[in-house]
Amino acid sequence: MHSSRCSHLRALVSAALLIGVLWVGQAWAVDVTPPLPTPQLQQRYLALTHELRCVQCQDESLADSEVDLAGQMRLEVHDLLLKGMTDQQVKDYLVSRYGEFILFKPRFDWRNAWLWGAPAFLMLVGLLAGWRIIAGRRRLVDQDPEEPLDDTLDEHWTS
Amino acid sequence: MNQQITQLSESDRPGSRWRFALPLGLFVALLVVLFFGLVHSPKKGVIISPLVGKAAPQFSIPNLVSGAPPVSNASLRGHWSVVNVWGSWCVACRDEHSTLLMIKQQGVVPIIGIDWNDTPANANNWLQQLGNPYQQVGEDADGHVAIDWGVSAAPESFLINPQGVIVYKEVGEITPDDWREQFLARINAAPGTGPPPATGGSG
Amino acid sequence: MVVELGHYALILAMLLCAAQAVFGLAGPALGRERWIAAAPSAACGQFVFTALAVGVLIHAFISNDFSVAYVADNSNSALPLFYRVTAMWGAHEGSILLWIFVLSVWTMAVVARLRYLPTEFGARVLGVLGVLSFGFLLFTLATSSPFTRLFPTPADGASLNPLLQDPAFAVHPPVLYTGYVGFSVSFAFACAAMIEGRRDQLWARWMRPWTVMAWAFLACGIALGSWWAYYELGWGGYWSWDPVENVSFMPWLVGTALLHSLIVTEKRGLFKSWTLLLALAAFSLSLLGTFIVRAGLLISVHSFAADPARGIFILGFLIVVVGGALLLYTLRAPRMASNAGFDLVSRESFLLFNNILLVIAAAVVLAGTLAPDIAGALHLGTLSVGAPYFAPSFMVPVLPLLALLSVGIHARWKRGGLSHAKRVIFTTLICALVIGLPLALAVYGHPFSLAPVGAVLGIWIVLSSLVDPIDRLRRRLTLSASLVGMTVAHIGLGVFVLGITFVSSYSIERDVAMKPGQVAMVGDYAFRYEGVHDISGPNFTAVQGTVTVTHDGKFVATLHPEKRQFYVQGTEQTTAAIAPALHRDLLASLGDDVGKGAWSLRLQYRPMIRFVWIGGVIMALGGMLAVFGRRQRVPATVPEAVPLAVTRRTPA
Repeated sequence: MHSSRCSHLRALVSAALLIGVLWVGQAWAVDVTPPLPTPQLQQRYLALTHELRCVQCQDESLADSEVDLAGQMRLEVHDLLLKGMTDQQVKDYLVSRYGEFILFKPRFDWRNAWLWGAPAFLMLVGLLAGWRIIAGRRRLVDQDPEEPLDDTLDEHWTS
Repeated sequence: MNQQITQLSESDRPGSRWRFALPLGLFVALLVVLFFGLVHSPKKGVIISPLVGKAAPQFSIPNLVSGAPPVSNASLRGHWSVVNVWGSWCVACRDEHSTLLMIKQQGVVPIIGIDWNDTPANANNWLQQLGNPYQQVGEDADGHVAIDWGVSAAPESFLINPQGVIVYKEVGEITPDDWREQFLARINAAPGTGPPPATGGSG
Repeated sequence: MVVELGHYALILAMLLCAAQAVFGLAGPALGRERWIAAAPSAACGQFVFTALAVGVLIHAFISNDFSVAYVADNSNSALPLFYRVTAMWGAHEGSILLWIFVLSVWTMAVVARLRYLPTEFGARVLGVLGVLSFGFLLFTLATSSPFTRLFPTPADGASLNPLLQDPAFAVHPPVLYTGYVGFSVSFAFACAAMIEGRRDQLWARWMRPWTVMAWAFLACGIALGSWWAYYELGWGGYWSWDPVENVSFMPWLVGTALLHSLIVTEKRGLFKSWTLLLALAAFSLSLLGTFIVRAGLLISVHSFAADPARGIFILGFLIVVVGGALLLYTLRAPRMASNAGFDLVSRESFLLFNNILLVIAAAVVLAGTLAPDIAGALHLGTLSVGAPYFAPSFMVPVLPLLALLSVGIHARWKRGGLSHAKRVIFTTLICALVIGLPLALAVYGHPFSLAPVGAVLGIWIVLSSLVDPIDRLRRRLTLSASLVGMTVAHIGLGVFVLGITFVSSYSIERDVAMKPGQVAMVGDYAFRYEGVHDISGPNFTAVQGTVTVTHDGKFVATLHPEKRQFYVQGTEQTTAAIAPALHRDLLASLGDDVGKGAWSLRLQYRPMIRFVWIGGVIMALGGMLAVFGRRQRVPATVPEAVPLAVTRRTPA
């Protein structure tokens, strides 16, 4: 639903896909997780494993972790996608087992609204504050006798 | 200084001084959060399992004893039981083992083992060396069942009531104190707890 | 016996800190000149005894004195000498001692520059620094002394975490702490200004070089940490928005805001109370970071052992220091009002928005870092916040910030506006589009994502920064150190933006299982796996793989990824093999033996990742140039007494 947010990840994914799909040949390497049949599925697999947390190492995504459990969970994600689950169903399933702790990307819901809304809210407050300060200062600009020189950045350092 | 300009200055306007107290207010709010964060995190990183209070996930896995019927939810129905997730590679499981043997001795509940991420040879070796506290052990080599039970590290143990609902989850090894305070207390507090099917000696 | 000497030295240092604090703060308040004069002496004594304690601890490490619990926990006789020394800051107790030592070094630097400050102001600065040192020394002695003996003495130590057995670890914590702790000087200047109840803005001029220096060290420290994580953690990550990384990043963001707002305060007398607040915030965030890491409040790979007693102590310290400073701010900041005015389009407005956006960026990082604890405290359940939250949220304030920089850099003070610079702005923007778009689209090749935006912004920043210095050179005007420093720092930022853009948009990674002789394609690069063999190092054995990389049939590099097994801890560590180049890194790391002669490997292509660290180092270099390149100032107190020796030091 909010996948447009990680467009850089998409770039990465599709780059990886191009390579995965184009190369078929003699002594080629085998991808560790059995490849998913379609590029769309592979893309979703990569995106999901980056958004899910490895619960054992507790600070890495599934995709970046080398512990056994992360490998098993990657396989689980792989199998669930093969079964035809949507991304949301895969996440819901793992949340029902491990809690929201497993989501590196907190859900968009009312409980997390403050978190996801923070950047926009802060921008709004910041712009309003900036606007008010500038409005106040503009009123003072004619009464202020100081006429600062412009190429005097050096002045403060060399005086 | 020019009187007129001084009057225009923002901070001298009545009622605008409060904003200088704003940082202090924010800091106090932050402290409250930090304090509660510190107090309410006895075991940092331990996930409160969403499965507690829900029916135990369905499973059916091969029995460690070759030829025996698979281990499944059928083994959990109608009596209290403990499901213990372990592996012969797990160091803390070795420490926990003596407690499990003691629990078997008491004979209050049967322990069902889920041997996770392991090979039957290693698991059998372990049980022969250290003794077998389990009524049955199922083989979960690829972690499907462990993940379905929300396991993040071995050992983890679940207390399951006669209706097949998970009433408690212990993360890490069970100590004798945990056993008394978390497991036995819950079993004894439940109304109409009948004696479990005897599997070991009387406690 | 030597070890007890270290312990006594710490106690003496703490007593001298108390003296430094009392003389420094009470002296000017009561008008006692002899107290004022005693403050620097107490500071010197404090430095000597802290240094002695550090020396004693290092000696205990070098001589393998495992009767010291801290040495036994973090060293081993098989550990190479170099790492036995760096093991001193390998865990909580030693790194807190390092922190205290760095603070005493900064204090000594202030003492050395005291003659450039009014006597009373200087004494107050030392007084505030004394309070900080005292608190940290009390913390060490009460909860985490590195000199605790162990009985019975173990035969050998538990050794240093293998991740920390690395040359970068020798440099990263000291540099990072120098940055963190450096903000304590800005903090002390701000407190001294408020205690004196000053209405002028001279303190901003005095504070600025210290702030720039701390900021530069912090930039260097963060870049070093990122580089270390990249090659040491084995899987090619350079920034994971880990809580410990975040708490070092927040003071840096606020410090960046501070050094811009200091310019406005010094030059125009504006934003005085805001500048003070930023100076308090930068150091408070450093303290908060310490609290978060030391108290084990947040889950992190870096976390030192959690200890609630330590947490409560640091919380108390935080309340006294930060709460006290903010209370002082509430009382004294209203005096700092100014009547200066400026127009909408002016350098002041641009720097105002620079500050607002930087503070928003820091606040977003803070919100995400504390979110799990906020959710926990409010019983909203467990929560994880990782890169998928931070990366897009951070962009919200930062993209406008980067775009405003290239315009605002040309703005003039007060009501000078931008009309004189219209042509320059459009020319640089068009040049940036002409260079950046083809680079992002044609060379690297994917038309989606933020890559073109980042590429254009990065190049635009570099070009815009060069306009003013080139113009001055053409007009045969001198370039001041601050202009050179600013230009270099902004170019560093542009380089950094380019690096981040390309590495996050065009990296490729692949997990493969390979048998000897097999080939995997990663981008245009062919990775051929040759096989594995066993090797042994000073305190580990390892499986080493060999991977040859070719590009269009031409040889590029041979990579030797390792999987190390350390004797003492029995821990395993993956070491990635990296073929570095300015335009791309190629990585190979060994996974597991998957049977039938095959190994799993992770192969990666990381374009322009070097730009990330080079950019950070260039930024830091800019700061150093600005500080050390300038001419010596006339001392504030005794103008005629000291000859104007022009000292030029080389940037560190």
